[in-house]
Amino acid sequence: MSENKYSVLNTRVHNVDGHAKVTGRATYTFDVTLPGMLYGKILRSPHPHAKIVSIDYSEALKLPGVITVVTGKEDTLGVRQGIWRRYKDLCDEAILTVDKVRYIGEPVAAVAAVTEEIAEQALDLINVEYEVLPFVDDPMEAIKKEAPLIHEGFERNVNVTRQIAWGDLEDVMEEAEYVREDWFKLGGQHHMCMETRAAVANYTPDGKLTIYTSTQSAYYHQALLAGVLGLREGNIRVLAPYVGGGFGGKFELDGAQFCASILSMKCCKPVKVIFSREEDFIASKRRTPMYYYVRTGVKKDGTFCAREAKVFTNGGAYTGMGATALYLTGFFHSFPYRWKAYRYDGYRVYTNSLPSTSMRGFGAPQAMFCSEQQIEWIANDLGLDPIEMRRKNGHYEGYEVPGQATIASCGLDEALTKIQEWKKSKGKLPANRAIGISAAGFMSGGIFNWFDSPYSFSSAVITINHDGTVELHVGAQEIGQGSSTTLAMICAEALGVKLEDVKVHMGDTDHSPADLGAWGSRQTLMAGNATKMAAQDAKRQLLEFANAKLGFNIIYDLDIKQGWVYNVARPERGMSYYDLCKEALRGKEGQRIIGRGFYTPRRKGMISPAYSYMVQGLDVEIDPETGYIKIHESVTAHDCGQPINTLGLIGQLEGAASMAIGFGYYEYLPVEDGKIMNPNLVDYKLIRAPEMPACQVIEIDTYEPEGPYGAKEAGEGLTNPHAAALGNAIFYATGLQMKEAPIRAEAIAKAWKEQQQKKNEKKK
Amino acid sequence: MEKKLLRFTVNESPYEIYINPKTLLVEAIRDHIGLTGTKRGCETVSCGACTVMVDGMAVKGCSVLAMQVEGKKVTTVEGLEKNGKLDPIQTAFLDEGAFQCGFCTSGMLMSAKAFLNETPKPKDEMEIRRGMEGNLCRCTGYNAIIRAIDAVGKGKYREDKR
Repeated sequence: MSENKYSVLNTRVHNVDGHAKVTGRATYTFDVTLPGMLYGKILRSPHPHAKIVSIDYSEALKLPGVITVVTGKEDTLGVRQGIWRRYKDLCDEAILTVDKVRYIGEPVAAVAAVTEEIAEQALDLINVEYEVLPFVDDPMEAIKKEAPLIHEGFERNVNVTRQIAWGDLEDVMEEAEYVREDWFKLGGQHHMCMETRAAVANYTPDGKLTIYTSTQSAYYHQALLAGVLGLREGNIRVLAPYVGGGFGGKFELDGAQFCASILSMKCCKPVKVIFSREEDFIASKRRTPMYYYVRTGVKKDGTFCAREAKVFTNGGAYTGMGATALYLTGFFHSFPYRWKAYRYDGYRVYTNSLPSTSMRGFGAPQAMFCSEQQIEWIANDLGLDPIEMRRKNGHYEGYEVPGQATIASCGLDEALTKIQEWKKSKGKLPANRAIGISAAGFMSGGIFNWFDSPYSFSSAVITINHDGTVELHVGAQEIGQGSSTTLAMICAEALGVKLEDVKVHMGDTDHSPADLGAWGSRQTLMAGNATKMAAQDAKRQLLEFANAKLGFNIIYDLDIKQGWVYNVARPERGMSYYDLCKEALRGKEGQRIIGRGFYTPRRKGMISPAYSYMVQGLDVEIDPETGYIKIHESVTAHDCGQPINTLGLIGQLEGAASMAIGFGYYEYLPVEDGKIMNPNLVDYKLIRAPEMPACQVIEIDTYEPEGPYGAKEAGEGLTNPHAAALGNAIFYATGLQMKEAPIRAEAIAKAWKEQQQKKNEKKK
Repeated sequence: MEKKLLRFTVNESPYEIYINPKTLLVEAIRDHIGLTGTKRGCETVSCGACTVMVDGMAVKGCSVLAMQVEGKKVTTVEGLEKNGKLDPIQTAFLDEGAFQCGFCTSGMLMSAKAFLNETPKPKDEMEIRRGMEGNLCRCTGYNAIIRAIDAVGKGKYREDKR
């Protein structure tokens, strides 16, 4: 890699919140205790589909220590909310249901008591009479005419449909010399944030609500709560100083936030609601399960012609962010290749099961599992080199995805070369062991505004104190992905100060500018651009004073680097930034220097301003008799533009790999009769340290013109390729084509047995 | 249930608390003593977020009753640093970026510390991985944590080396 021209960017630094996190000082919502605080517990539906006839909580109120009980009908405005605020009919979830329940675990009532134990006892004393309704928990059943209707007005339970199309599909399919079609099934996956859903709401008689909560977007929750509670946005303060993981699951309004708020408003006391792990499993949300039909037509030389995809997603009971996942899965199913014709028809179907939503990868891991395996099989069917076939059809810099996106930077070709080299270097592997590869791409923040935010997508405000310390206020939410450190680094680089000069303030809607928050891999690019602009704004003001002070000829440029303000032509001539700050403040009649920055993408297509690219290789050993796999090595060739936070980048990629391997192999989330069968960490398997492979990352050097310093997404996109890479390794080791994710050990063993039987029959 | 007196030491300070005998160790530490560095991530002794040390051994704070540590010495994450000086394992976690959201970190640090007490020189990386098997991390993919423990095991943070 070329020498680092930056003084802060792409260096190894400690996370700005690291000290708090390694000493136990970091205070999460889970840890918040306020004076006089009550504990809330939620009564949940035991039925997948039922009308609520009556709720009698009189006995619960008699239990000493119980302060209040709330129900949807009596204590809420009954507002149906959702994150797609521009589309009223997609705002379909009241959180605390008013009339009927649509999934097992849906909140029915909530209790506040002086202890958590009493609140829990009180739940047993609430008598709910249900009229049980027929239910349906699979989208292929729910879409049938005779299926029970889950929401009024949604015929055949179709919640949202999405089409993406370019070119004439059937004409181009005719041109193809080889057509292959496959059906795939993708399972749900749980976010499994280490910190479960959590909120401490404190409503005071002056009409103001303060809420600590575990969120990916403090601003979203401020706005969503205002809508359901009937309060002004400005009268709600959302605080989220530390968040124990998000992964796409914590930017919709959840039961903890809503019930804590309603309870607090009713009794004017602080109320804390923490989901148990089981509650988190059954009543937060999950990655969207899907059925995927893929038909792909290619020339015999491997040139891609046309692709058609029909997708039915299990939306669960409510819309949430699922509508976006439906769009993105269709878009990324075309990635990272050029198709002359492409058609995607997506149907999001309501079912009586846990609502599905965004989760790291946002529909793309499902799409890539199908696409990247089918491409491998096609290459094999035609006797072509799968890597070369990918290269031949891949995106390149300047390519336009018809009507959707323009690719301004793309390291795919070089990434393929690197993985090809790695694969060659492995030589011949022992039996039952093979290399699987998969390519992918991902967005750097969405450009859509279905939330209808009147604010810039990202904003930053910088104030400079007289001693040169910098207060960076951002609405970007740190959830562990390292955004605070990344933004502090961008700020320090742009302003020309040391990282330790910068303090980051976020996770507080009273003191941070609005920002859409942490989702869709948007913060490095969007909040990064806003931060860079704010820092440059502040710097420009400082340099005005420096110019006056230093008295250089006006033809010279001044700059600041690492605390030294200097003449660019003669860097030794200048002054200390810290001295300059004192002088500049005096010149401003004692006011602090304030810099402002914002970012909203415009004219950047339909999806995102920039795209990351990656090729993933896995070295996998399979015991076909048991189906157990061992991943020996993971190698990623990765194009994220200019790396900003070196350590954070490695961490994001390794973390994405662990979650992606979970999606591909470990994390099975079965639903039977509307019920999640393994809502605990004994039965829901997560990868643990001994199973995690060593991960090597090869950075591909590119420059993204839209990103701050050329940077783009890292850490979400890499959730996309592993499941397919795993499937491809299994294919080469055993000949099996696994079309269901996660690829469970039992399924491999079963398929292997069937394959052996067939072979034996043939021999006979 | 009648409350009982529990006497034990937490981070070298003596405590006497009256608790319901059903109280778990993690609850005593968080709710009675008020040290919230120790977290909880499950109810099934699966995640290790509540790991503390009892007489130098790693113990999941949700797997024992507080009454079981009568007279014993408990160390929580808050007890790792001494007078503002970080323990080598804490510095190693910072240097390697061995945490992200930080919610599992306290438990990870305590498991790592106990592991290194028992195995000061791990023979290979897999030994460290096995030693950390009881702790879940959803963010990092573990490798940075393993690198941090390995660095301490290899003596990178020994006083004479710094």
